[in-house]
Amino acid sequence: MMKSLHANLLRFGVFAGCFAMSSLKVNAQTDADALMIPKNMFCAGVTYDHNSWTNYWEGTFKRNNLNIGTLTTNSYMAMGNYGITNKLDFLFTVPYVTTNASAGTLAGQSGFQDLSVSLKWLAFQTQIGSGIFTAHAILSGSIPLSNYDPEILPVSIGLQSRTVSLRGLLNYQTGRFFIAGAAQYMERSDITINQNAYFTTQEIYSNGVFMPNMNNFLVSAGYRSLKLNVEAVVQQSTTLGGFDITKNNMPFPSNTMNWTSAGGLIKYSFGTVSGLELTAGGNYVLKGRNVGQSTDFFGGVLYVFDFSNKNYK
Amino acid sequence: MKKFTFNITLLFALTATFFLASCKKDIVDTTTTYPALTPSSEDMNADTWKPILASNPSAFTVAAPDAIGSSAYTADINEIKSLQSNLTSDQKAIIAYWSAGAVLRWNEILRDLVAKHNLPPYQDPDGTYPFPSSTNPFAYPQFPFSNPPYAARAYAYVSAAQYDALVTAYHFKKLYNRAAPYTHDASIQTLIPKSGLPSYPSEDAVVAGASVEMMKLLFPTEVDYIQQKADEEMLYRKLAGANVQGELTAGQALGAKVADLFVARAKTDRAGKAIGSASEWQGLQNNATSRGDQYWISLETPARPPMLPLFGKVLPFLFDTLTVVQLRPGPPNLAGTAAFKAEEAEVLSFSQHPSAENQALVDFWADGAGTYTPAGHWNAIAEADFVQEHYSEVRWARNYALLNMAEMDVAICCWDTKYHYFNQRPTQANPLIKTLTGIPNFPSYTSGHSNFSGAAAAVLTYLLPDRGSKFTDLAQQASLSRLVGAIHYRSDIEVGMQTGAKVGQYAVARGMSDGAGPGK
Repeated sequence: MMKSLHANLLRFGVFAGCFAMSSLKVNAQTDADALMIPKNMFCAGVTYDHNSWTNYWEGTFKRNNLNIGTLTTNSYMAMGNYGITNKLDFLFTVPYVTTNASAGTLAGQSGFQDLSVSLKWLAFQTQIGSGIFTAHAILSGSIPLSNYDPEILPVSIGLQSRTVSLRGLLNYQTGRFFIAGAAQYMERSDITINQNAYFTTQEIYSNGVFMPNMNNFLVSAGYRSLKLNVEAVVQQSTTLGGFDITKNNMPFPSNTMNWTSAGGLIKYSFGTVSGLELTAGGNYVLKGRNVGQSTDFFGGVLYVFDFSNKNYK
Repeated sequence: MKKFTFNITLLFALTATFFLASCKKDIVDTTTTYPALTPSSEDMNADTWKPILASNPSAFTVAAPDAIGSSAYTADINEIKSLQSNLTSDQKAIIAYWSAGAVLRWNEILRDLVAKHNLPPYQDPDGTYPFPSSTNPFAYPQFPFSNPPYAARAYAYVSAAQYDALVTAYHFKKLYNRAAPYTHDASIQTLIPKSGLPSYPSEDAVVAGASVEMMKLLFPTEVDYIQQKADEEMLYRKLAGANVQGELTAGQALGAKVADLFVARAKTDRAGKAIGSASEWQGLQNNATSRGDQYWISLETPARPPMLPLFGKVLPFLFDTLTVVQLRPGPPNLAGTAAFKAEEAEVLSFSQHPSAENQALVDFWADGAGTYTPAGHWNAIAEADFVQEHYSEVRWARNYALLNMAEMDVAICCWDTKYHYFNQRPTQANPLIKTLTGIPNFPSYTSGHSNFSGAAAAVLTYLLPDRGSKFTDLAQQASLSRLVGAIHYRSDIEVGMQTGAKVGQYAVARGMSDGAGPGK
């Protein structure tokens, strides 16, 4: 019993899931589950995400905008996950993003967005009752890969902020069912924009924009076996500061962007340890502030390579 | 358990690394770094400078100040001593802020209000748009919608009123020749540079009085905020030991009185009728059709009525309305002609091949909704240079008045041209032309940015000849940003720059004959 659970938890955990999509910024969280890839194994994958919204929240006022129509964001991602040890994984994601507004005159944008890298550490595990309890710490960072323009929201592909985040994750699995909860704090760097003055709640004469930090809380639960993973995720992201979009104004990178989303994902592995995997899922924003009420769908193809010692024996 | 402890230790180490690596946050607003104003000249002859409306200082009354040594004056002096005995850090911040200059800070406050109120109204459920009403300013949409022409006019009135108020104040300063409080009582600390300028009435108070009076009309929903700023400034003068209450009271009253001349003018300058009526909007279409051109259509959904179509009829400061018509350039290329198609193709090319460099240029000069507008941008550009010049308050006001009268008058000329020809934007001619920033809701010919920039560059180059081509280079960039942003045809920006330069020369001519001289 204990052994199979352990094996389950060692299954690698790269998936395109838990895309916390603020309508305005792709925030691919590849680091939000309790799954570890074993030592010397490498998982590589490509995923596609389609995100769109028609309604958005201007502060707390929910509206559409006939001069934007539907804002669509397509993201194409290359990702990888390597087991440094059985308890420490290294993950990365490289997204290429395009945006398009179906109405109005504003031109869509495209480009490489932000490289994300994470170190995921299985810090603690123990048996409690019939199941296994684990605690993980996940340290992540992101950095823009191109000089895309963050100040023409909502068509900007990202916000240009460098981020450092720390997430604590607790997971309990009994049999083939699990439940997990996580809390993340994200430090965001100030950004530089092309304007040298801008209005938030007052005029600021600088090309630097203070970016408030963010936090994220997440609960997920579902079925997890060696071959099949099915789970539901609810999460909430909150900007710790910032300001609201004023009536009929344009959004700004340092707006208070908050959202609560619900979604699910499914992942199927053809092999038992290495081999092909498929993943798909979606998310819907239930409630937000200064973000779009987005719906997103994603699908990915992943492959696990085994570079462990057995090849050299 | 040992291992568990180790793990926890490692977790803490990780956390510590995380916070140490966290990104440093320090945005410095350049306007907070300005030093206290130290005029290189007090411009003692400013009472002889040519005013704009307040041609006769003796039309105003400023009562003689309390005699030095009188009980009223002594009470005022004691108030300063009491305030200075225990300065809080907030009060020190107030001194640091206002000591950079009254005209400078009020210009910034005005830019703030313009940016805050520069938002097009949200449509009603039936798809029509409500208009702001000056008689019911607090109702949505609040009055005003400080769009570019409204803003240009606001900057002009406030600057011109400040200038006339200071010129008038110099008359009384010289008449009463009262020295600053610290010359009468050595125990008063002087927390800002000392001034040889007579202190009755206070120049800061005159600027505040004129600004409050003018801005109450222009931004009626902001009266409380404006008054709070004025109160803070008056407190600053006492905290700094620069003025006694009597000098402030007299200054505010005089400033308001002079500004009333401008308030009266603003109420009758036809700006209030600039929105026009549905039948007048229809007439604009007919005019374009009868020229054989394609008339302008709003590219917003729902279609929004054109922005201030009758602003071209507003009374200019630097010339008469006949001159506005004389300054109107010849017609744009007619839709469908080869010349038109060539220009359209050029815009399409910029739209379809946006470089990061062009996007940066477009962003820098966008000055669209929610900003202080192009005229405000030129005020900000001027500020950064004026600060280095150590002007007196009156010269600050005079230079801003020249700049902003040119900006208002060029807005009038530009709007006259836009609505005389009422031609289509590139995106209307070819929907494949997507823009790199928001598209303005008014006709194309000629470019507003180019008009504002051409005029501003002419005035600033005259005021600061040692800057060489700095301002004309900036103006060229501003103008070009509208072409590469796919907002305008090339002829819009080129002709707009020409008109701008011509209007700017009217302000230059005024500056050369107003008695202020080069001021260096």
